[in-house]
Amino acid sequence: MSDTWLILGASSAVARAFAREAASHGAALLLAGRDMEDLEHQAADLAIRHGVSAQPMRFEARDLASHAGFIAECRQEAEKNGAGRGLLNVFLAFGVMPEQAEADADPAVAAGMVEANFTGAASVLGALGPVLEAQRGGTVVALGSVAGDRGRKRNFLYGATKAALLVYLQGYAARLSGAGVRVLCIKAGPVDTGMTWALPKLPFMASPRQFAAAAWRRAGTGGGSAYLPVVWWPVMTIIRLLPTPVFNKLNI
Amino acid sequence: MPDTLAAPAATRTTGWKQTALQGWGRSSLSPCLAARPERLRELRAALDAPEGRTLIAHGGGRSYGDAALNTDGAVVVTGRLDRILGFDPATGELVAEPGVTFADLLDVFLPRGFVAPVSPGTSHVTLGGALANDVHGKNHHHVGSFGDHVLWFDLLLPDGRMQRVSPESDPGLFQATVGGIGLTGLIAAIGLRLMRVPSNALAVSRRRVRDLDEFLAGFESAAGATWSVGWIDALAGGASLGRGVLETAEPSESGLDAAPPRAKRFPIDAPGWLLNGLSVRAFNELYWRRVPAGGQQVTVPYRQFLYPLDAIEGWNRMYGKQGFRQFQCVVPPGPGVAALRRLLETVAGSGNASFLAVLKVMGPDGQGMLSFGMPGYSLALDIPARPGSEAVFAQLERITRDAGGRIYLAKDSLLSAEGFAAMYPRAGEFRAVREQVDPNRRLSSDMARRLGL
Repeated sequence: MSDTWLILGASSAVARAFAREAASHGAALLLAGRDMEDLEHQAADLAIRHGVSAQPMRFEARDLASHAGFIAECRQEAEKNGAGRGLLNVFLAFGVMPEQAEADADPAVAAGMVEANFTGAASVLGALGPVLEAQRGGTVVALGSVAGDRGRKRNFLYGATKAALLVYLQGYAARLSGAGVRVLCIKAGPVDTGMTWALPKLPFMASPRQFAAAAWRRAGTGGGSAYLPVVWWPVMTIIRLLPTPVFNKLNI
Repeated sequence: MPDTLAAPAATRTTGWKQTALQGWGRSSLSPCLAARPERLRELRAALDAPEGRTLIAHGGGRSYGDAALNTDGAVVVTGRLDRILGFDPATGELVAEPGVTFADLLDVFLPRGFVAPVSPGTSHVTLGGALANDVHGKNHHHVGSFGDHVLWFDLLLPDGRMQRVSPESDPGLFQATVGGIGLTGLIAAIGLRLMRVPSNALAVSRRRVRDLDEFLAGFESAAGATWSVGWIDALAGGASLGRGVLETAEPSESGLDAAPPRAKRFPIDAPGWLLNGLSVRAFNELYWRRVPAGGQQVTVPYRQFLYPLDAIEGWNRMYGKQGFRQFQCVVPPGPGVAALRRLLETVAGSGNASFLAVLKVMGPDGQGMLSFGMPGYSLALDIPARPGSEAVFAQLERITRDAGGRIYLAKDSLLSAEGFAAMYPRAGEFRAVREQVDPNRRLSSDMARRLGL
């Protein structure tokens, strides 16, 4: 018997690293995403490296109508893995980050980002709620961002989607707390992935592996929200406390 | 799924950025555009390098010179393609993406009783890099080089086609790609046969060797040893020329259960004066004295024997900001012995402080058209990049060439085009294959241009 982790947006570098971390602790994996070729590669890798079951699942965050059916499928798979005893856990990692200017210029880009980062997340978590309640336990870890702490010139639409996700998760946690479900929102600083590769050099960059290991450890200690890497806690505390006239003058 | 739902995420992550890369020797900085695909579809997309730039793959960054650099061109960093795709414990057959490293193989397969049949001197080399450089290990005299254990590979050709290539299916393309320093395509997957071993440890014997003749005799008498390597004090001259330590190793029946020690990190770029004749002489003397006069038998983990330098992460910073160059050649037996002596005399006499030099016996010719391997002796040494060191390299090249030897491309940054033509007689065949698969020269590197490929 083993717990199952459902990885939503499993092809991203952070999700991949988290899946390896979970597999190294013996968890079975459901790898949900769009790039099935890639998910097959990842499933093979996890099975060979860690001897766990790993199953690619087709998932489209913006196809809201598909979410209920998708979650029913996940539940069946998790029951197979856990022989009725293992818990279904969730790592929500999907999201897109087009440049702010691009989103400003094209409403379709802006709407697409909101849909993927927030609407899609809320929808799939909504469908998951009853499953988590029924199993009376389990952990939900979702990737928020330090960008959600305060709207900055450079990426406030992205930040807004992550801030919305955080508020959603707060209420979600409150609703599921009675069922013993932990909900953790990770306020992620930049991680060295494809999303940040082409950006100018960013401070306190974590490798996906370091980040995933820290996320796994933090998820084991409880819900709430957490800055990762932790250095972002003092940094964002200062940034949040800056008076607006000062903040607006900064080019961050 | 309707196409309109395919959000921009996947395409957006195939970004190019302006950056500068270095070879492991750090002797020059090479500005380029770089992409780092995280999955196969991004690797395919990377073939469309921007603005008609040429392209080269870059694995673990352990080529010492310019084999994986492409100044003002485009570079595809493959390290994130690191998935193990298949393994059959009955046959030892492994399928892996090109960014999987020898360290990964050790972590995953040594506990199951398998190792890579051929290992370079550092575990941070990727399998793609190992294939492209047809690397060899301390057992070359018995098992040949990396390419001899490759069953097939998937090659993404410059025109975008993916082709599975085996020695049977397409011998020409196979032999051009093994050791072909990345100039035939991007490797997308490799089928490799791993070797079964009885435990996680090796039984190692070490003994002091007084001079070069004793070394060669020692290799002769240790010809049956599975692994063998000689560490030469490159500063010792005169009667002690070629003095060093001969190490041989066999798979140990009983294993070790100690956890592997964590790598220590070399913290800074050492100041240039640190490596002078005196400090290196002292280090080399210590290395020699460490082995008792009567020899030494120890059982050590694979990692420690195969990858001694990996114990210090970033050891290349020891040579300071200006970096260093490595020279590695193979010379045939017979005339090569005199050449080895002249090579060592040249380095010892040049005042260029070199740490330990490595002497190995080499076995059969590699399969690749540009493979390094050939029967004889291989000598490798580090030389700090300083004024005058290029002239020393020119001398070393001349000695090697006159002896009918060749210089290892994976280590090289200075070999001349004429020297290359003399040392690599199958270069013409290689060019012919390249003409077929890459007529527009989409793939290129600093090394390819330097060598006139």
